[in-house]
Amino acid sequence: MDSSFSTSTSTAPDAGVLAADASVSQELKQELSAHSAGVALRGVTKKYGNGFVAVENVDLDIPAGSYCCLLGPSGCGKTTTLRMVAGHESITKGDILIGDTRVNDLPPTKRNTAMMFQNYALFPHKTVWQNVEFGLRMKGVEKRERDRRVGEVIDVVGLTRFADRKPAMLSGGQQQRVALARALVTRPAVLMLDEPLSALDENLRVKTRSELRRLQKQFGMTFIQVTHGQDEAFALSDQIVVMDHGRVDQVGTSKEIFTTPASRFVARFVGDNNIFVGKVTAVEPSSTFGSVVTLEVDQVGRFMSRGLSASVGMTAACCVRSDRLSLLPYPPAEASAANQLVARITQIEFTGFITRVSLMVEATGDEITYKGRSYDWLSIDAQEGQLVTLTWAIEDCIFLPH
Amino acid sequence: MTRASKTLQTYLLAAPQTLVMLLFLVFPIVMILIVSFWEFTGFSMEPGFTLDNYRAIFSSNVALRTFLNTFKYVALVWAATLLIGYLVAYFLAFYVDDKRLQIGLFLLCTIPFWTSNIIRMISWVPLLGREGLVNSLLLNLGLIQQPLEWLLFSDFAVVLGMVHLYNFFMIAPIFNSLMRIDRNLITAAEDMGASGWQTFKEVILPLSAPGIAIGSIFIVTIVMGEFVTVRLMGGGQAASVGKLIQTQIGSIQYPLAAANAVILLLVTLVLVLAILRVVNIRNEL
Repeated sequence: MDSSFSTSTSTAPDAGVLAADASVSQELKQELSAHSAGVALRGVTKKYGNGFVAVENVDLDIPAGSYCCLLGPSGCGKTTTLRMVAGHESITKGDILIGDTRVNDLPPTKRNTAMMFQNYALFPHKTVWQNVEFGLRMKGVEKRERDRRVGEVIDVVGLTRFADRKPAMLSGGQQQRVALARALVTRPAVLMLDEPLSALDENLRVKTRSELRRLQKQFGMTFIQVTHGQDEAFALSDQIVVMDHGRVDQVGTSKEIFTTPASRFVARFVGDNNIFVGKVTAVEPSSTFGSVVTLEVDQVGRFMSRGLSASVGMTAACCVRSDRLSLLPYPPAEASAANQLVARITQIEFTGFITRVSLMVEATGDEITYKGRSYDWLSIDAQEGQLVTLTWAIEDCIFLPH
Repeated sequence: MTRASKTLQTYLLAAPQTLVMLLFLVFPIVMILIVSFWEFTGFSMEPGFTLDNYRAIFSSNVALRTFLNTFKYVALVWAATLLIGYLVAYFLAFYVDDKRLQIGLFLLCTIPFWTSNIIRMISWVPLLGREGLVNSLLLNLGLIQQPLEWLLFSDFAVVLGMVHLYNFFMIAPIFNSLMRIDRNLITAAEDMGASGWQTFKEVILPLSAPGIAIGSIFIVTIVMGEFVTVRLMGGGQAASVGKLIQTQIGSIQYPLAAANAVILLLVTLVLVLAILRVVNIRNEL
């Protein structure tokens, strides 16, 4: 299978262009969007026999027709959550609703969901056609109707030419599309995708990603996807659910998660954030953004951030993205900005578009990362080993209550 | 290392096994083939070329009946080992989650090989004999009035002995192929609404077919040539081609025995080829 990946870059048709919008059956489109339903989780908990709690008290509302990504590191409970919605894992506590139906005790097939598995789980002994046909055959759909619907969906994913091939004779991208066709053919209310892109190489992943998104929009279907890649989640989602240790840390749009992480974990997981932990010394209401929280960070400085739910005396954190820092000479020429910090440059990495600078706060040894466009960096002219001043604005500094 | 010496090394590595195969497999088979055309005068054999041996076999009712009887054993043993073997392998693969327990139970299936043939066969007597455990139990329960005669020294006993001894050859390859089935395929089948039986019929059975084929090849080839179990468990009542050949060798009718052996070999090969035609076992090797 691996060897087939290499073909993805060399042969253009294989790169997986779905059928043009015009050729997509209007009827299929209507049927799919009509079937689409929202999903709600109410206090859902999964506890295993050995006492391990995989998912704890998760509340979630996924609107019909939206693309939702469950994002988190491995072991955070995202796959278990997905499998509970699909009905492949029992629910210890709580309720799952698909549309208006409580599905806790329904078997997978009665939930009107379809699942796309991580390594696609295509039947190796069946042809593309037979794989796609399987679900309809099991549901007892009669042959004529089956043929029509399988043909239609195979056409949508552009695999008509390969209908008689076995999965092993297809490239990774093609296999992925068979899995998609197989999931779509039963007209599910919700499509669940378990890391659908992880087996693809980088180029194909980006391409397939936008295809998935386009298809979801076109058909107005509800997609719930599990992923551990924040890029993937950002690119695809209407709604991102960041999970950690079986709990939901934050729910929001891509933009919200990116610009205002709600916790240290989210800030770290989204990446490129400098996080400072300290004590809240002042909370002042602000006209522009909730309140301004002042955080005293031991031996490093006093930082002002924007945020909610802060109270004086609590231990909390704030974060600033490494691309929202300004780098000034030391000592700074002008009067101090809202937040500033002196650090020594330990390493400068030119990575093309971006130059990445590692710095160290001398008093504590804390590492800080600065990222700037390489063209901007040319005018800064700082050297490794040099002391510099970092400044950043209040609105770029996000208060993290936990 | 140069290309030539690398090639030489490859040949040298393969040489010992090749030599053994040539000397102890190909050469004897060729010899048997040659001898099967020799003439037999009743007391001695003469080198030559005659089809008399084959003619004798094909015109003899005894020989044909013996072949048919051998087929009967093959069919019965195959059916019984397949049924038992599949159930055991299925249980091991899908119902035993603990890996160590799984391997332990799998090794338990090899117990029949831990004792010698003779001892194993002799120990059937107190169980199946006229006054054995089974008969006394059935008599005491009042289920039968007379001891069952067909428990020992009968076709039943022959099949029982072979099933007992060779079942492992069916279990092992089926277990192996069941273990290689991606569990996600089963979840996927359920996700698409397949019932337990449909999942078995559509996914598990086809994917374990290579294992069934390999097990079947083992059973067919072993049982086709069986004579020890046939003699010990059949008690002179049962006949198989293997036993016939052995008897003929005992009475130094080598050409006739050789001709029987050639036919047996060909029939077995045809059966194996037939199995391979039905199932593609390539991805299992």
